[in-house]
Amino acid sequence: MELKAVTRRFDQSMVLDAVDVTIVEGSFTALLGASGCGKSTTLRIMSGLDRPSDGEVLLRGVDVADRTAYERNVAMVFQSYALYPHLTVFQNIALPLTMRHLGALGRFPVVGQLVPGSAEARRLIRSTVETTAESLGLSEVLSRKPNSLSGGQKQRVALGRALVRDPVLFLLDEPLSNLDARLRVRMRAELVALHKRTEKPFVYVTHDQAEAMAMADQIIVMIKGKVAQAGSPRDLYDRPATMEVASFIGANSINFFRPEDGWTGLRAQAPSAVSGVRPEHLAPSSTGQFGAHLETVEFLGSETILGLRTAKGKQLTAIAAGDYAAPTPGTEIKLEVTPNRVHLFDPNSGQRLCAEGA
Amino acid sequence: MRPISPTLRSTLTNAWLAGPATLALLAFIFVPVTIVAVLSLTDYQFGARSFGWVGLDNYGKLFGSTLGRRAITNTLIYAAIVIPVSVGFGLLVAVGLFRMSDWAPRLSNVLRSVYFLPVAATLVAMSVSWQMMLHPSLGVVNQTLIAIGGTPQNWLSDRGLVLYTLAVIGIWQSIGYNMVLFLAGLAAIPADLYDAAEIDGAGGNWSRFWTVTWPLLGPTTLFVLVITATNAFRVFETVATLTKGGPAFASDTLVYALYREGFIYFKAGYASAITMVFFAVLLTLTLIQFRLVERRVHYR
Repeated sequence: MELKAVTRRFDQSMVLDAVDVTIVEGSFTALLGASGCGKSTTLRIMSGLDRPSDGEVLLRGVDVADRTAYERNVAMVFQSYALYPHLTVFQNIALPLTMRHLGALGRFPVVGQLVPGSAEARRLIRSTVETTAESLGLSEVLSRKPNSLSGGQKQRVALGRALVRDPVLFLLDEPLSNLDARLRVRMRAELVALHKRTEKPFVYVTHDQAEAMAMADQIIVMIKGKVAQAGSPRDLYDRPATMEVASFIGANSINFFRPEDGWTGLRAQAPSAVSGVRPEHLAPSSTGQFGAHLETVEFLGSETILGLRTAKGKQLTAIAAGDYAAPTPGTEIKLEVTPNRVHLFDPNSGQRLCAEGA
Repeated sequence: MRPISPTLRSTLTNAWLAGPATLALLAFIFVPVTIVAVLSLTDYQFGARSFGWVGLDNYGKLFGSTLGRRAITNTLIYAAIVIPVSVGFGLLVAVGLFRMSDWAPRLSNVLRSVYFLPVAATLVAMSVSWQMMLHPSLGVVNQTLIAIGGTPQNWLSDRGLVLYTLAVIGIWQSIGYNMVLFLAGLAAIPADLYDAAEIDGAGGNWSRFWTVTWPLLGPTTLFVLVITATNAFRVFETVATLTKGGPAFASDTLVYALYREGFIYFKAGYASAITMVFFAVLLTLTLIQFRLVERRVHYR
């Protein structure tokens, strides 16, 4: 799947501005961005539910602009799951197949049984749905209605409905955001396993960078309707292209030092640049390059997050090891920056300056 | 004073909250219904000082006499026309206007108001204008018929036609209300479901309607059906203002008969029997609604 210079306007407002995206066969791509950045619109354009105002949508090298979602044979999992509440789990999963294999008359209750060939199609549908349900652990709930299922089960039914038709592309729109934290982590692993098993490309929309980092082999960061950066999770973490990407990626948000924040020790070669240091690369040390007053301490077990403030009033976050014995708040402590882990950005454009290491 | 125990206090609160409504219900619904039920077994006349027990004679008269049967069949025919047509057209108009609001929101809103006007207007006043429109020689309807080469009809004084004329007016009056209810139901259907249906291959107008719209309108449809049915069985204003049950009782209905027997002839006993039959019909409708609401509509 490929999007070439895709633009989408709603009335006057530009939602997508010349977006180029390439999804490689068998890849797991995450579309990452804050809400309203156009990532869901991108997904809808890929699916065929929405049409671009400009640009090309190619699926396996063929322009699919005038094909419906169904004709593209893409599967989509919605944030709300979008299960049909009046149908059982079985019927929900079977719906794409009944639409494909049975004619309008064959889908009719009672009368449908009499249409020639429908018995065979029904058998095929039944066995396919049962195999899919089995693989998702839904065999026991096939005759229940969606409203009586738990969030995780609904999620699996939605996945089952996507899987059962053997699509060329899976599109997932924040599928885990309605689950609780523990279940979300488990479903993440299940999704990755599912991706391995199907060997089909997955496109996964999320606003959670941890999800994207954990699952995807390609992350596309979208900011204000533009692709800010596309690359592997490691690329994005190690070499963020802009300040915005740098602040989006990483579990703890990055510290930016502007020239007016004092302490220019990091950017000898580019004195006017903004330097970014991730909290995990800023640790207390008796031989540290600069000092700051300790304000808050969050002990998380494996690590301790320190909130600090420099003499100029600049707020900082640093991470110390879990066994770090934090002094009382108010104390000034010395901080050490991991060498080669400083990102330099142009203060005006926010673009990465390539001079530095890493 | 001893403090009141928490259980007693909450009991008192419950009694205070539910009590007045319960009392009102007893005083204004249950007691009158009982009185009417008792009266329906007597030959009581309004103003009379005594009455005699007649058992089920009044019911026998209603179901046995030509006049009583006429009123019942007329009401059933009227309901059988008005219920399906006004629910069906209400749904059709609602779906049409709902889709129209995507490409012509203004026009859609204007049309909504137009369809709702008959509901908002007083039916008695509207009946007068219907009377003028249906006037045998001067009415717009017959004038139009003549202009396009048809035969003018005596819409309100033809025995074979009058009931259907009233049914059409009933439909005209209730479509707007049904449309508003259906519109609310349509707006409550999540857009995601339509997207899912499109992805699953049910994106055509027809299959989308049967896969998503119709099943999800289930609760609304049931509600609309019951409301329309109650209103259809209660038909009175148009009969009273336009035909007075005539000609020759061709448009006599249950409620009009009830009014005539009770308030013109003062036959309280017979009118009470009609009331009880009418009450039984409405009660059955309500029970059906509750049963179905419990079962089908919450998708359990």
